[in-house]
Amino acid sequence: MTVQAHPDSSHEEHHPRLQHHFETMEQQHEASQLGMWLFLVTEILFFGALFLAYAFYRWLYYDAFIAASHHQNILLGGINTAVLIFSSLTVAMSVYYSQTNRRKGLIVMLILTMVLGLAFLGIKAVEYHEHFEHHLFPGPNFQLPDAPGLAAQAQMFYVLYFFMTGLHAFHMIIGLGIYTWLLIRAMKGEFSSVYYAPIEIGGLYWHFVDIVWIFLFPMLYLIGRHY
Amino acid sequence: MEHKPRTIEVESESEHMHHVTPPSLYYGIFAALLVLTAITVAVAYVDLGWLSTPIALLIATIKATLVILFFMHVRWSTHLTWVIVLGSFLWLGVLFVLTFSDYFSRGLPMN
Amino acid sequence: MTTAVLDPNHPLESPRKNYLNREYGVLSWLLTRDHKRIAILYIVSITLMFFVGGLFAVLMRLELLTPQGDLMTSDTYNKMFTLHGVVMIFFFLIPGIPAVLGNFLLPIQIGAKDLAFPRLNLLSWYLFMIGAIGTFVVVMLGGLDTGWTFYTPYSTQYSNTHVTLVTLGAFITGFSSILTGLNFMVTVHRMRAPGLTWFRMPLFIWALYGTSIIQILATPVLAIALLLLAAERVLRVGIFDPSIGGDPVLYQHLFWFYSHPAVYIMILPAMGVVSEVIAAFSRKRVFGYTFVAYSSLGIALLGFLVWAHHMFVAGISVYSALIFSFLSMFVAVPSAIKVFNWTFTLYKGSVSFQTPMLYALGFIGLFAIGGVTGLFLAALGLDIHVHDTYFIVAHFHYVMVGGVVMAYFAGIHFWWPKITGRMYPEWWGRLAALIVFLGFNLAFFPQFLLGYLGMPRRYHVYVPEFQVLNVMSSAGASVLGVGYLLPLVYFIWSLKFGPKAGPNPWGAVGLEWTIASPPPTENFHETPAVRWEAYDYNAFEEAQRDRAGTP
Repeated sequence: MTVQAHPDSSHEEHHPRLQHHFETMEQQHEASQLGMWLFLVTEILFFGALFLAYAFYRWLYYDAFIAASHHQNILLGGINTAVLIFSSLTVAMSVYYSQTNRRKGLIVMLILTMVLGLAFLGIKAVEYHEHFEHHLFPGPNFQLPDAPGLAAQAQMFYVLYFFMTGLHAFHMIIGLGIYTWLLIRAMKGEFSSVYYAPIEIGGLYWHFVDIVWIFLFPMLYLIGRHY
Repeated sequence: MEHKPRTIEVESESEHMHHVTPPSLYYGIFAALLVLTAITVAVAYVDLGWLSTPIALLIATIKATLVILFFMHVRWSTHLTWVIVLGSFLWLGVLFVLTFSDYFSRGLPMN
Repeated sequence: MTTAVLDPNHPLESPRKNYLNREYGVLSWLLTRDHKRIAILYIVSITLMFFVGGLFAVLMRLELLTPQGDLMTSDTYNKMFTLHGVVMIFFFLIPGIPAVLGNFLLPIQIGAKDLAFPRLNLLSWYLFMIGAIGTFVVVMLGGLDTGWTFYTPYSTQYSNTHVTLVTLGAFITGFSSILTGLNFMVTVHRMRAPGLTWFRMPLFIWALYGTSIIQILATPVLAIALLLLAAERVLRVGIFDPSIGGDPVLYQHLFWFYSHPAVYIMILPAMGVVSEVIAAFSRKRVFGYTFVAYSSLGIALLGFLVWAHHMFVAGISVYSALIFSFLSMFVAVPSAIKVFNWTFTLYKGSVSFQTPMLYALGFIGLFAIGGVTGLFLAALGLDIHVHDTYFIVAHFHYVMVGGVVMAYFAGIHFWWPKITGRMYPEWWGRLAALIVFLGFNLAFFPQFLLGYLGMPRRYHVYVPEFQVLNVMSSAGASVLGVGYLLPLVYFIWSLKFGPKAGPNPWGAVGLEWTIASPPPTENFHETPAVRWEAYDYNAFEEAQRDRAGTP
């Protein structure tokens, strides 16, 4: 049995960002993309398991969940939803600018995305503060004055609320860290139409975090509002 | 919702073209997402009985689909990407369906 | 463009520089990006964890020599079986074959220079080590007594041991598993050599691919289960606490959604190794290659549909139990397909019985027994009777030890010359294999009987009628221990004194056998172009005859 071999095609490529175990930039780009998608699969199952717990307890304790959800601030939640949607736009535009070699546009979009992310976290902090003030944090101080009979079950809502939005906020913070790194690299001029994979996969991550919120908002803020 | 965007071809090392989405499409999706958000808030105040939850989920799913297809470029991605995205939601579905097959059949008192 | 025709038996150069001696120094190992060095890092840590887990087993079997609880208190015994389970499952069985053999061989078997993400690969090892060290710390601090399953509410409300630390350790180690699976999948999709189509790949790669699917889909759910458990314990908020309306069974659903597929993370790579070894030592293409390949995917996917068969007596509805019982029958089908195909591979093959083959043949028999007893357990009526007895313990040890560990040893022996450039002593290898096989059956077959007779698991005391079988089991465990220690000794011996191995000491077909032993750091000096089917022993034999016939 013989093995036919031929010289590395990587001799054609000498982009400084080409890693030695890849043959071409294209292969490297596709690998990064696939890697990020597979990571997002794990995130879908991760948040998904939390949604399962949420779905179960909501099904079981629907009235208590309605009572609890009424304490949610729809205005702040709605603004945050818009903020994240806007940030998804800036992220998409950042990919566009990197694909078309527009460094300034890329940098502006990256900065805008981060500002919007910080705004989201700021609003979230305000909301959390309100919750603390109104004794809605699970634990011995939890109170639900408007429906004391449902308090124990409403507490379950808040356990899940804080867990899910807390985990989401944690992912936002990581996203901000990633974008800080991307911004630094963009300012150094590292990205071009030939090499923009990090911008693209950073974007995929950010869009995912947005999608989680797209589901969190109605599920946590808009239950039984017609009552 | 489908329209054929003008593709701007970007040369890379090999013959593969990276799809570049025109910004106008992005703005359109952005607007749609905001509108859908407003709709979901408005609909929450209407008494639809048991339909409230499925409709809220449906709107959220549409929004997520728009983000996935257009912002995340899945519309122009490989079949492998499609399989991965669909497969992961399918598998989440398995988790939900089989777990609830237990809970729904227990005869639990609700509320 | 020049082409080089490489003859596997006469490499163009005998390389002085290989991945082992290319660089020296501790940092060159701790900061390596070479998948082969990372595999070596794993083999050291995993071997250590195996013996740590084994130590807990020794202590358990010592206690169980007598019906009374005379060696240790029940609390201590609880810690023994918990730590045995935690260490063996999270730190040996799950990472084992993928992290050691998969890491080493996957790039080579597909003609690549490394995995897609070498730095992530190193990170995987560090995450594994953090979890492992965390577990050591917990052992030093007094251990854990919840069982490896951490069932609530005991783990969240009543246990006084370091539950939070262990769950966080397992959480971190889970990421190691996820990243390895992610790395493998991307590598297989994007880095196969030219001409290496999916159906020309070795079956070991198919097995690793199926394993990776499970790692990616299942592990995150465990992560949430553990996170919620830790949150409940630390913050005292009762997500699983019945007194405020929580459901402990929800924990079990989330836990087993991962932990059942996890057993397929353990067995699939083992099956992949067996495919390779059976082919090589029958000198024949694996019968029904396509079926075996698809069955790897089938096991991965079907394995997700059966988890609540671990919960038949936990309080799930009987309707749900029936559904899961029914689905559990199906998952045996792809496994059975593999067993049939391996057996048919042997038929009319040119079979030889070197050490790897002995372990592989042992696997087939013992896995068949373990798997079939799994089918017994899938039957709802029988499971109610034997749940939480030694029948279950015997079942899973047959598939995990008789299965996974035997296959791991088969693989280590098979690829040892490739990894180290040295041959182990064959007769010692065969002796150890025999001792392992005998010791294993003596240790675990009596446990089927004990379980059926009603001896509960996780108890340090039992009724005196069960003593004979328990003594047999403990005796078997000692023999098994000897069988495991022997390779430790002779493998280390072989590193210095074993005969040097050529590129293809077994005369096997596969890309890994075309490069030097040990391989150079970049694996292939030139990217191979693959023009043959997997396990093409006919072409191999022909080429050998041609070469012999050439004057």
